[in-house]
Amino acid sequence: MKVKAKSKNNITSVRVLAKHPMETGRRINKESGEKIPAKYIQELTCEHDGNVVFVAQFGTSVSKNPYLAFSFEGGKKGDALQIRWNDNTGDVAKVEAKIK
Amino acid sequence: MAISRRKFLNMLTIGSTACLALLSPITSWAAWASDAFNATSPDDAYKNLFGSTDTVDSDEVKLKVPKIAENGGAVPVSVKTDLKDVESITIFVKDNPQPLTATFQISAKTIPDISTRIRLAQTSTVTAVIKAGGKLYSKSQEVKVTIGGCGG
Repeated sequence: MKVKAKSKNNITSVRVLAKHPMETGRRINKESGEKIPAKYIQELTCEHDGNVVFVAQFGTSVSKNPYLAFSFEGGKKGDALQIRWNDNTGDVAKVEAKIK
Repeated sequence: MAISRRKFLNMLTIGSTACLALLSPITSWAAWASDAFNATSPDDAYKNLFGSTDTVDSDEVKLKVPKIAENGGAVPVSVKTDLKDVESITIFVKDNPQPLTATFQISAKTIPDISTRIRLAQTSTVTAVIKAGGKLYSKSQEVKVTIGGCGG
């Protein structure tokens, strides 16, 4: 997962690129003819200073390697952001990013 | 194979991520709106998510999405608004097998301006719904797709 966060005029803008196949469960493996099981991110949250500043919930129609851009009020240069996602199979990823 | 510094750092990150994953219980699961995401018609998704299908078409909802998408697998979408007291921003793709695509909870500090990339199985209407002050405002636009994004 790649995260870029920038602070300007007391507004922090965040861009996230999560690495994830986002399988819908409807795709069929051409060789075996079997369905590829669904695996997709269900929730992505961003925390700053102990507060959840952003929550995204995804279904299967979000693109592979989901890209997300959002911004929130507050946040200074050097502050840490905790970004975390969990998918429908229970996998979790967490990263900490510094605001630039 | 020599391990570059960058690769080594990546390995460290992956390792620590796995540890953190084991330590933190999955608490947010219950919050995922499974009924709404699994709904196969837009109306069912609306009802499950908002408890109502009553939306007002509004130009205050600024939906930016291309008119023609060559690749339905990754269609850039941006939604923003100047409305006050925004609670959530939600994106629907009418003709996808599961119309509810993504929903974003907007707290008092979050700026109601988000961008993401979505999949379109076929040419369809994309609708952004903004919940603000307890009301639902929406804006729709048709996107023509040359190659579908949910193909098998």
